[in-house]
Amino acid sequence: MFSGAALGAGALIVAVLFAVALFLVVQALPTFGAPAADITGGRGFFSYIFPIVIGTLIAATIALLIATPVGVAVALFTSHYAPRKLARGLGYVVDLLAAIPSVVYGAWGASYLASQLKGPYQWLADNLGWIPLFGGPASGTGKTILTAGIVLAVMVLPIIASLTREIFLQAPMLHQEAALALGATRWEMIRMAVLPFARGGIISAVMLGLGRALGETMAVALVLSSGPLIASLIRSGNQTIAAEIALDFPEAFGLRMHELIAAGLVLFLITLAVNMVARWIINRHSEFSGAN
Amino acid sequence: MVTLMTERKRSALTRGRLPKYTPHVIAVSAVVVAAALMSLVGFNIFGWAVLSAVLFATANVVSTALVEGRRKATDKLATSVVAGAFLVALLPLVSVIWTVLVNGVPGLLTPGFLNTSMNGVTGAVDNASVENGTPVLGGAYHALVGSVLITLWATIISVPVGLLTAIYLVEYGARNRFSKIITFLVDVMTGIPSIVAGLFAAAFFAMILGPGTKTGFVAAVALSVLMIPVVVRSSEEMLKIVPNELREASYALGVRKWRTIIKVVIPTAISGIASGVTLAIARVIGETAPLLVTAGFATTINMNVFSGWMASLPTLIYTQIMTPTSPSNSDPSTQRAWAAALLLIILVMLLNLGARLVARIFAPKTGR
Repeated sequence: MFSGAALGAGALIVAVLFAVALFLVVQALPTFGAPAADITGGRGFFSYIFPIVIGTLIAATIALLIATPVGVAVALFTSHYAPRKLARGLGYVVDLLAAIPSVVYGAWGASYLASQLKGPYQWLADNLGWIPLFGGPASGTGKTILTAGIVLAVMVLPIIASLTREIFLQAPMLHQEAALALGATRWEMIRMAVLPFARGGIISAVMLGLGRALGETMAVALVLSSGPLIASLIRSGNQTIAAEIALDFPEAFGLRMHELIAAGLVLFLITLAVNMVARWIINRHSEFSGAN
Repeated sequence: MVTLMTERKRSALTRGRLPKYTPHVIAVSAVVVAAALMSLVGFNIFGWAVLSAVLFATANVVSTALVEGRRKATDKLATSVVAGAFLVALLPLVSVIWTVLVNGVPGLLTPGFLNTSMNGVTGAVDNASVENGTPVLGGAYHALVGSVLITLWATIISVPVGLLTAIYLVEYGARNRFSKIITFLVDVMTGIPSIVAGLFAAAFFAMILGPGTKTGFVAAVALSVLMIPVVVRSSEEMLKIVPNELREASYALGVRKWRTIIKVVIPTAISGIASGVTLAIARVIGETAPLLVTAGFATTINMNVFSGWMASLPTLIYTQIMTPTSPSNSDPSTQRAWAAALLLIILVMLLNLGARLVARIFAPKTGR
């Protein structure tokens, strides 16, 4: 009976995941059957969802462009550079970043970071305004997609850092010692013996970070003053799926509710695909590395 | 004698090396030069620190390149970049904690913040307290109660399911096909966006109990979707490291498998499981997005998770910032939001600390 209970719990998890998909699909269906004019924007579901999908991708891309190099460097610092005795403590400090609730990051981004970035945005608009990404006039509040992306980067950073640190620590010690014994400097040793070993792990850590950045809600909902899709990163505008749901769902009813659930379904499918690819890379990697 | 000295100086092992004290000299001069430069354009500590670090790294790399060669210089450059990245990563952490402390302490110390709710606190009340300069009324008691109850119910749902699944994976599954599927799906579940978990719970209960059902229990179900995979992963790791000898000794005494698991395996791993559960609680207590779509926004104390809207700390922060109680005087709302944020961070940190303590106190005593 006990084994039955254990099996049942396992089956329940499988069922829950299918239920998540099922209920989202069922509740989203009315959207696809509704006439195009009734959908928000008045031109069908596709033209409603397209801008916010792109907005989600823009925010996640900014976050990853910042968080990946910094995260990998932080992982290297805690695994190979910091003194042995400090390394553990420094690892905890980075993990603290992950412990702060997302709504606090959102509040911080909206009230502190956005106002700090007003000046730099003005400068970008004045000096690099000819690049469409920095087209002016710069936002007067600093609540732009770039600010949201930076806040997302801070939230994704600990994920990338802690996962890659694990991989770096598993790099074969013999290879590293051999490289050092042949006269390599520390950086050459890392490039020859650590990074090639960790490539798969870094890619999957970045993918998992991407999954988090795509689905993160509060940072964007609080920080971004949303609007239609625009190319400029330093003007208010753009919107992400998760923030759209969080802002509108509490007051939504009828078709609007189904519409938002459909948007949630799209987000679910995107993150599911990203996470599955990441896990597949990790699993393939762990089979031949002898790790785990 | 003289020839011997020059011989030693030209030795291939020591030729072309900077003396050991070079970095210290460069560091001191970088700090001084940076201070001088900063005083020309207006001094601030942050700019001074950044400038010193940049100067130090540049001078270090250049001097190494000139004396010791390109390979050593590249190594120094990599070290500087990696250490710099770590310091950059600390900036937001320090900044967030500082912002929350500065803005949150006054609100948290306001009398009544911890034991009054937002019931009856309207825009007029806030306007009055700003105009008369009296302390801000209203507090986070209802949100604290809501957060604790919702998280408690999420834990009640997640821990049995998660722990039993972990037991299945480690003790019964033995890496068969089904357990591999479960492991994969649990990993995938870890990545479900929290808002989607909230939508799932909302859609699920909308179908069963009619649309617009928003209670604390719906929120607890949403949080369980996020919490179960965390509990499974951490318990699985802990069960895996229980030595097989213990199980075999128990079987050899004729104890049945389920009794072995309950009496031998779980007690051995209980410290790790408990700390994993505490970390999972710390993770979900700060979740905001699923609560927004499942629990509604209450201003009163609601002790019943099965009926009525329920407040929570994260949604209190969110609503106080997004829709201040008094649109014309948003300061009292902002103050309450930051105080609630500080309270939430303290809770999460205490849970994290508690997890480590639990792991240490209840750790099984090893023979060594």
